[in-house]
Amino acid sequence: MKPSKGWIILIVVVGVIILLFAWATGINNSLVIKEEGVNTQWANVENVYQRRLDLIPNLVNTVKGVADFEKQTLTAVIEARAKATSVQINPKNLDEGSLQKFQEAQNGVSSALGRLMVVVEKYPELKATQNFSELQAQLEGTENRISVERMKFNEAAQAYNTYLRSFPNNMFAGMFGFQQKAYFKATEGAEKAPEVKF
Amino acid sequence: MFINKRFSLFLILLSTFSLTVICQDIPVRPEPPRLVNDFAGILSADEIQNLENKLVTFNDSSSTQITVVIVKSLNGYDKNEFARLIGEKWGVGQKGKNNGAVVLIKPKNPREKGEVCIQTGYGLEGAIPDALAKRIVENEMIPNFSQGKYYAGIDQATTAMISLVRGEYTADQYQKRKGKQSSPFGLLIPLIILVVVFTMIRGSRGGGRSVGKSLPFWGGLWLLGSMGQGHSGSWNNFTSGGGGGGGFGGFGGGSFGGGGAGGSW
Repeated sequence: MKPSKGWIILIVVVGVIILLFAWATGINNSLVIKEEGVNTQWANVENVYQRRLDLIPNLVNTVKGVADFEKQTLTAVIEARAKATSVQINPKNLDEGSLQKFQEAQNGVSSALGRLMVVVEKYPELKATQNFSELQAQLEGTENRISVERMKFNEAAQAYNTYLRSFPNNMFAGMFGFQQKAYFKATEGAEKAPEVKF
Repeated sequence: MFINKRFSLFLILLSTFSLTVICQDIPVRPEPPRLVNDFAGILSADEIQNLENKLVTFNDSSSTQITVVIVKSLNGYDKNEFARLIGEKWGVGQKGKNNGAVVLIKPKNPREKGEVCIQTGYGLEGAIPDALAKRIVENEMIPNFSQGKYYAGIDQATTAMISLVRGEYTADQYQKRKGKQSSPFGLLIPLIILVVVFTMIRGSRGGGRSVGKSLPFWGGLWLLGSMGQGHSGSWNNFTSGGGGGGGFGGFGGGSFGGGGAGGSW
């Protein structure tokens, strides 16, 4: 008994469907894993930026204690903080525009803090206090953390984007609704952490 | 699939290449692993051994890894970045707990200031917050270092760090690290399909024929099986192959996020 033509066709068709399905599933799952990596890393980025925002009230209070401290610089820091707090991003759409907005708000905090630190230079009695020097250490550590987490975010986003855009994954990615992630860019002033000279 | 595999291979090669370029200036992980690494030659053999014993004992009892690295030059890096890269590249601390710390010292020389910093892994940021790291640098290390007493400074600083961390972590680093695990279903499903398809073919053919004719199926199913696996390889496997008896067992694969503080004199 020879295998009928119908059988062979059926087996081939079923085989091709199974293969395609397994293939698409593999690509989809890899994309999900990589996207989760990006999301986790984004959470870390937000976390360290939040850490910096949380330091500000303490810093402002410490500095305020010093008589005749420039009110203007302090107000600028508080305002920049308020602005940065209001900018939140949904990790689902980490596109150029929203990331840029986030970065702008955070850069505002960076430069306001930078100016504050420059002004502080004029108040040696403030710099000498234990409280302030510890805040400085924390701020410095936080700036380091920010640059580390930003870099790790870019790495995660790059791994995801590379996978997403390479052939043939790009054919499926659109179908499944995956989109490219934006990168943190080194804008002027952002990479040079606020001139924190101690 | 083939193109994809080739492409990812290319990417892997590319990323390894760029990684080596980036890490060129960072000292390579010592082999056999040691916790005290004096690349500048400022400590005597006895002093190194004392520090090593202290830190290995602490590692054995708490799984926390404090490594001391003394270098001649930072090769143009920021000291915090340099120390963090050492921590990340060597995998100081246990994987998952990230309870490692790097104490980096660049001795003063006639041309440059001395630099020191403590970088803490993610898991030690609570036990050694930046402010305390700064205090250790300024109270324990710099006063000693500026008088040339490197051993005393390192000894006091590591003792202070140990007392901060003690109690935070316990010694369960000897648990077996799990190897690559794939779900049993990943293997089972292609196998079932294989059996079903095979019985169908045999049934329709009636009687044993040469297996060679069904080879495309084997090939196809093998492909199917390999695709289901996806990317399960990990790049972070720094588990080291154990050192000599009684010595330091190796770095565990901890990760660093830039916490810590430094100073110069």
